[in-house]
Amino acid sequence: MGALTHLLDFAGWERAQAESLLETARMMEEVLERPMKKVPALKGFTVATVFFEPSTRTKISFELAARRMSADVVGFTGAGSSLAKGESFKDTLLTLQAMALDAYVIRAPVAGMAHQAARWLEGAVVNAGDGRRAHPTQALLDAYTLLDDLETLEGRKVAIVGDVAHSRVARSNAELLPLLGAEVWAAGPAGLLPERLPGARLTTDLDEALEDADAVMVLRLQRERMDEGALPSLREYVAEYQVTEARLARAKPDAPLLHPGPMNRDVELEGTLADGPRSRVERQVRAGEAVRMAVLYHLLVGRAA
Amino acid sequence: MRLLIRNARLVDGTGELGTADVLVEEGRIASLAGGDAERVLDAGGRFLAPALTDPHVHLRTPGQETKEDLATGLAAAARGGYGAVVAMPNTDPVVQEPEQVRALLDEARTLSSARLLVAAALTENQEGRRLTPAALLARAGAALLTDDGRTNEDAGVLARGLVYAAAAGLAVAVHAEDAGLRAGGVMNDGPLAAELGLSGNPPEAEAARIARDLEVLRYAVRKAAALGHAPRLYVQHVSTARGAALIAAARAEGLPVTGEVTPHHLTLTEEVWRGFDARFKVAPPLRAASDVEALIGALERGELSAIGTDHAPHTAAEKERDLENAPFGMPSLEVAFPLLYTELVEKRGLPLAVLIECMTSGPRAALGLAPARLAEGAPADLMLFDPAAQRTVDPARFVSKARYSPWAGRELVGWPRLTLVAGREVWRDAALA
Ligand SMILES: [Zn+2]
Repeated sequence: MGALTHLLDFAGWERAQAESLLETARMMEEVLERPMKKVPALKGFTVATVFFEPSTRTKISFELAARRMSADVVGFTGAGSSLAKGESFKDTLLTLQAMALDAYVIRAPVAGMAHQAARWLEGAVVNAGDGRRAHPTQALLDAYTLLDDLETLEGRKVAIVGDVAHSRVARSNAELLPLLGAEVWAAGPAGLLPERLPGARLTTDLDEALEDADAVMVLRLQRERMDEGALPSLREYVAEYQVTEARLARAKPDAPLLHPGPMNRDVELEGTLADGPRSRVERQVRAGEAVRMAVLYHLLVGRAA
Repeated sequence: MRLLIRNARLVDGTGELGTADVLVEEGRIASLAGGDAERVLDAGGRFLAPALTDPHVHLRTPGQETKEDLATGLAAAARGGYGAVVAMPNTDPVVQEPEQVRALLDEARTLSSARLLVAAALTENQEGRRLTPAALLARAGAALLTDDGRTNEDAGVLARGLVYAAAAGLAVAVHAEDAGLRAGGVMNDGPLAAELGLSGNPPEAEAARIARDLEVLRYAVRKAAALGHAPRLYVQHVSTARGAALIAAARAEGLPVTGEVTPHHLTLTEEVWRGFDARFKVAPPLRAASDVEALIGALERGELSAIGTDHAPHTAAEKERDLENAPFGMPSLEVAFPLLYTELVEKRGLPLAVLIECMTSGPRAALGLAPARLAEGAPADLMLFDPAAQRTVDPARFVSKARYSPWAGRELVGWPRLTLVAGREVWRDAALA
């Protein structure tokens, strides 16, 4: 198993690599529980958060993760439109590189941008979400959260529900969770399911996906799918695919409920569930910080891990 | 001045014609049996073929000369073994006036390079609504009418365009992709696009539009028959097995349609998208391996009879955008022949004569031009290539302004060494003594 040079997706990953990263995240979470939440692990390194698509939550999570380990942090926010209008994506990256940075956390509206960046930059690249393609730290924090409840993912059934076709969260989870032994089901309306999702069983039958599930992951429904014609009617979606108390009864008792946020209450998820005892939404946010600390640590200094 | 090309292995679309000494005089092949000449060139047993004709290139003039201009584009063509190329009209402004056609032809005549043939737009601004003046454009020297780059959404406009073009003696070329099915697809739609999370342009988008255009052609042929005119349809860059099969069936039935295929659709598959590299972004997209097989089979059986590069240069900066904002198109004039010689003739056993035919007389027939043959009296538009010399594709050495290539680093044989247009040397490799 080679050292981690970039985190773009989980292609070529082995189970031990994922487990080692999650173990480091456990140690990092201990740091977050201390009164003085800072260690010198990344002192002298500079991490850039390069966001071509707005996402305040993810950006703050990465920046805090870097600062908790004493890294210097610089932020770049570029509108996607400036890229469309001439300035080459590569030139933007090379300008940043000239500032002698060590790691680049890249959030991008188009699939493949993190891969392109890794080809052009010398430092480590972390994919913080590229188009509909991948969002590996989200999958890692989801796995981390699931392990709290389930102890192991071996043989566990995880149901992912909603707009699977356009979801980088679904795609990355379908890569990572089976690597850790889980069985992944992805359910949604026909127009929102991909032709193929390696690692997952696809179904339009929500009940089938929820049956005996050990955990349920609900995806955010983007309303623009209606304009694109991928979804004929929001009313129909709510009737057929909203995760409700009643439907959740098919899953295992106490099966945790995850959502990557931000949530459309009473659209993809019944509002009361969002605040109920099964909800792990806040836990996911905390896990995100620990996981991102672990990722930066592995990329910059933890090569022996 | 007479030029004698000694010891050349002759090949044209009819087959290999043995070794001969070719005498060129006053722009024509004077003799295939030698003769006195002021200049003698020893071909050293290399192949001599008719110069290639590319029915589909983008030279970006007027208006986008940072991508390519007539001088660099035609020089790249000459270097690729091409004696003539057809420049597409989707420039800025669109080529749709007789004066524009004349101006382009005049400028090209000042360059000692490949011949320029000009395609003019079929409809004003390629918007698919009002037809351009076909007869006037033909008189000005236009060689073809097309809205390439855009699809003709209105079947009625296309039908009338075919009829008027036929009256002017011109074929109509179509970019066949259904706009609704194609949507914003970056790569071929299918399991791989789903896996990679990239938006897909389905093979059915091409087949659906070809099927419609063939019905439109059938209608235009019927309407024009009473007047003694014969509409001709030229389907550009066929990329799918289904599209090729539709054209084969129409040809078998006698419909006057020619299907074109590009070097990239013959040598690359959608698998290249695993590297997330915009160099491979092209419309229609690179397809599955089974489509590539079908296209090669269709060439071999004569169902698709023209190879056009769709040479579509862009600046490096444009190709270095993200995959959605990077433009469609790849440059290939300088590598098309060695690429196809290596991949199709050497590796897959496609008869050399089939490749030559599809790069010379096949497209010429679609344009209404005489076949390119190595015969006494024929124009001395010739190309000498070396089947043995191996070289790596190095975009830094391109004369095209687009110094990138999806085949960079590939080892190829069959590189052109010399290109003659009307007996005049328009390109010669330094390696040729
Ligand atoms: Zn086209």
